[in-house]
Amino acid sequence: MTDGTDIRRNDGAGDAKSFKGFCQEFSKIPGPGGEAPPLLRVSGLTRRYGACIGCAEVGFDLWPGEVMGIVGESGSGKSTLLACLAGHLAPDAGQVLWRDRDGRTRDVLTMSEPERRMLARTDWAFVHQNPRDGLRMGVSAGGNVGERLMAVGARHYGRIRATAADWLGRVEIDPGRIDDAPHRFSGGMQQRLQIARNLVTHPRLVLMDEPTGGLDVSVQARLLDLLRGLVREMGLSAVVVTHDLAVVRLLAHRLMVMKDGRVVEAGLTDQVLDDPQHPYTQLLVSSVLQV
Amino acid sequence: MTVQDSGYTFAYLDEATKRMIRRALLKAVAIPGYQVPFASREMPMPYGWGTGGVQLTAACLTPGDVLKVIDQGADDTTNAVSIRSFFARVAGIATTEATAEATIIQTRHRIPETPLTEDQILVFQVPIPEPLRFLEPRETETRRMHALADYGLMQVRLYEDIARHGAITRAYAYPVRVEGRYVMDPSPIPRFDNPKLDRSAALMLFGAGREQRIHALPPWTRVESLDFEDYPFEASRPDAPCALCGATDSYLDEVITDDAGGRMFVCSDTDHCAGRRAAGHRGASTETGA
Repeated sequence: MTDGTDIRRNDGAGDAKSFKGFCQEFSKIPGPGGEAPPLLRVSGLTRRYGACIGCAEVGFDLWPGEVMGIVGESGSGKSTLLACLAGHLAPDAGQVLWRDRDGRTRDVLTMSEPERRMLARTDWAFVHQNPRDGLRMGVSAGGNVGERLMAVGARHYGRIRATAADWLGRVEIDPGRIDDAPHRFSGGMQQRLQIARNLVTHPRLVLMDEPTGGLDVSVQARLLDLLRGLVREMGLSAVVVTHDLAVVRLLAHRLMVMKDGRVVEAGLTDQVLDDPQHPYTQLLVSSVLQV
Repeated sequence: MTVQDSGYTFAYLDEATKRMIRRALLKAVAIPGYQVPFASREMPMPYGWGTGGVQLTAACLTPGDVLKVIDQGADDTTNAVSIRSFFARVAGIATTEATAEATIIQTRHRIPETPLTEDQILVFQVPIPEPLRFLEPRETETRRMHALADYGLMQVRLYEDIARHGAITRAYAYPVRVEGRYVMDPSPIPRFDNPKLDRSAALMLFGAGREQRIHALPPWTRVESLDFEDYPFEASRPDAPCALCGATDSYLDEVITDDAGGRMFVCSDTDHCAGRRAAGHRGASTETGA
């Protein structure tokens, strides 16, 4: 009896130790890309707002096909970090190294503006929390999806329209509504349209700021399903900023937890959520409402 | 009345202002299609009546010049007549209605039918020089878009036209791309005139007085109208001959002749039409009548 408990306890302790060791080992493995170098290598990224810290000393690697989640409470620097990555904000210090299609490594922050814009409409995509920020509300759904194509030089109306219709179908919008303006769409449809508009040029990196924010739960679930399918199918790499732990549980392979502008914990999503180490992460995980 | 009697500096504007405008013009010619800001002056006419064009004409005029002014192609409308007499008075220069005789032609919304030569300057009156204005209201942003040649949005507008109407319906101020670089609003000329911009022998200057912008096309500049491969640009005109001179290749005005729906199409370029009639050409309404 006593032996049994001991054994069980030993086994348990041993399991926990080996699992933790496994996780530590695993987080060092260079992602699903195997030997390939990371797609995005961020180091020392810092942005201050006067005396306040937006984000400080943030660094991570993102491999091809990998989805990185960033969670934290409001004001923890998630959106600042994402805006710095996307080039919407100029960071005070740090590097964002990007491996382009030719395998060259470029520092996104020192790129010229035309190069950055080109990158932003070809290889990168940005999904805003509010679809109104990411869509042209006065332009038809087809025009919205086609804009990126036309911006990189597509000049064949028939082909642009066919591609737009195809993408509307892929994000579960009836292609018959291709000429409707987005303000006639529901919130969930607008968000899906924004995603179609971003993915039409087959980007390699998608930055998402609260992609499911402001949507009701059933619509959220369908959107997450769709995103998960697209990420897998297209082999996208993505950085998803959210305060919704369920979203990262579903989407993200790895997770960073931010507090007061700093990364307090990082690791595999399941590892961080099931076995949080930092007191703040423990608080965050225990704060999730159970239905 | 001579210029000295009129009490004005030659061509109304003071010399410093003309020099400032010429500097802006030189820059505009050096960067075809680029909108150069200039310190537009108050002119003795309201904005929208050609204050920009008048200032460019004043800066370009020399005492030996012969000036022609047209308004929608016509030499005999209020605006054309008054601008012509204005410069006859303040510059003492000769004026004409014949395109071939003019050295400077100020125009509102047309390019003459008679081909222009290298010895002529065409000055356009421009209401809104910014082709992206109604797509992007912020001037700071449109200037950045021009700087980065970020013209996808312009194409989106043409896409919307085809999606809604089945064709590009833009009939005037049809956007063009200059030397493969800047997208330019050619002022509200009918799109029928767009092909005349391409590799034109004459220097073309565009002045927007209220908006304080000058842009220019040096002679022989490549100018392409924006379009799609499967919806190519077409210069459109009413499918009728001129009722007065019978021309089938000129741009036509539709004139309502009575309250019973009667109408006729006549050449918008009055000098061209009169020249053809003088040469013996007749249209449907002049064959029997005159």
